[in-house]
Amino acid sequence: MRVAVLSGKGGTGKTFVSVCLAAVAQDAVYIDCDVEEPNGRLYWKPKIETEVPVSVLVPVFDAEKCSGCRKCVEFCRFHALAFVKDKPIVFSEVCHSCGGCMLVCPESAVVETPRPVGMVEKGTKADVRVVTGILNTGEASAVPVIKAALRAGGKADFTVIDCPPGSGCPVMESVKDADCCLLVAEPTAFGLHNFKMIHRLAALLKKPCGVVINKADAPYAPLEEYCAAQNLPILLHIPYTEQLAALGAAGKIAVDQDIELAQAFKGLLSAVKGGLLT
Amino acid sequence: MIIAIPVDEGKEAVCASFGRTPYFLIHCTENGQTDVFVNPAAKAQGGAGIQSAQFVVDAGANTLITVRCGQNAADVFKAANIKIYKATGGSVDDQLRALAEGKLVELTSFHAGFHGKV
Repeated sequence: MRVAVLSGKGGTGKTFVSVCLAAVAQDAVYIDCDVEEPNGRLYWKPKIETEVPVSVLVPVFDAEKCSGCRKCVEFCRFHALAFVKDKPIVFSEVCHSCGGCMLVCPESAVVETPRPVGMVEKGTKADVRVVTGILNTGEASAVPVIKAALRAGGKADFTVIDCPPGSGCPVMESVKDADCCLLVAEPTAFGLHNFKMIHRLAALLKKPCGVVINKADAPYAPLEEYCAAQNLPILLHIPYTEQLAALGAAGKIAVDQDIELAQAFKGLLSAVKGGLLT
Repeated sequence: MIIAIPVDEGKEAVCASFGRTPYFLIHCTENGQTDVFVNPAAKAQGGAGIQSAQFVVDAGANTLITVRCGQNAADVFKAANIKIYKATGGSVDDQLRALAEGKLVELTSFHAGFHGKV
């Protein structure tokens, strides 16, 4: 089973929930798809086993062979190619590595060459296999590294996918092959706004969903009402306490230190595994 | 000199956006002719700056007057030897006059673009 943990708004507690859930599941795979700032490993402190570079293919043009027919430039729906002074120019960061320019070139003037964009780190901590996608600083697209991290996670009985914030392409890529989604919500107006966006996304992708409300110091009626109206089960309220904040700041896995919280996460795990999500 | 200017819906004022401007005005100083074209990149999903720059290159322009422009488009213009001047606002006529009088400065700083931001 693959569970994607997402929140829309950053700082809501995706990594906190993902790490705690994988920790109580024990025999599990944790995949950090928040490749722009992969923080899960700060808690796991895994024993690193492999570091595999991730590359994307970008076209390179042979000026001798290119006849200037412009077919590649016209084909590129991402507008990653421009045609200036009778030759194509490539914008590598805009290129989606579809290979179309190579296919349409009648002169075989295009070859694809790898361009490194990040890496996937694999390690272990007790019974948890920790996979971390790491995007190189300054890269525009996180998707290739997310794909590689998800592949590296392989098949397992229980996999937790720690998603990036937002609701754009990187989130869609992370959620795409998940069996269900845990939506982490923060009881604030901003939190609710982004929560609705990711709920719409998960519903569009037809994923069963459950809700975890983090930093729940007081009931926030608009959020609870929205969940009730949408038939979304609220599976866990995590209190907003100084103790949990201190554990997080110290890089500790909270369920290893707090027995009550560990019990609560075990309940969440059974709810997820028992198909309580709708 | 063939001058390109991104213009807004009314086709008389400079549009603040380069890549997503609805129209491009192309003015030839030799024969005084002015044409306005729909920008094919206005609704592009991505790479609008590059596609807009391509349109300006294909229109045969050698000069661009714009409020701002992204790095990718600037790279296209550099390759095509197109000079970029900073628009000072106001009508297209004001900009063309200011350029003729040597009052416009070259645009030398470009933004990194807004790609994939949500």
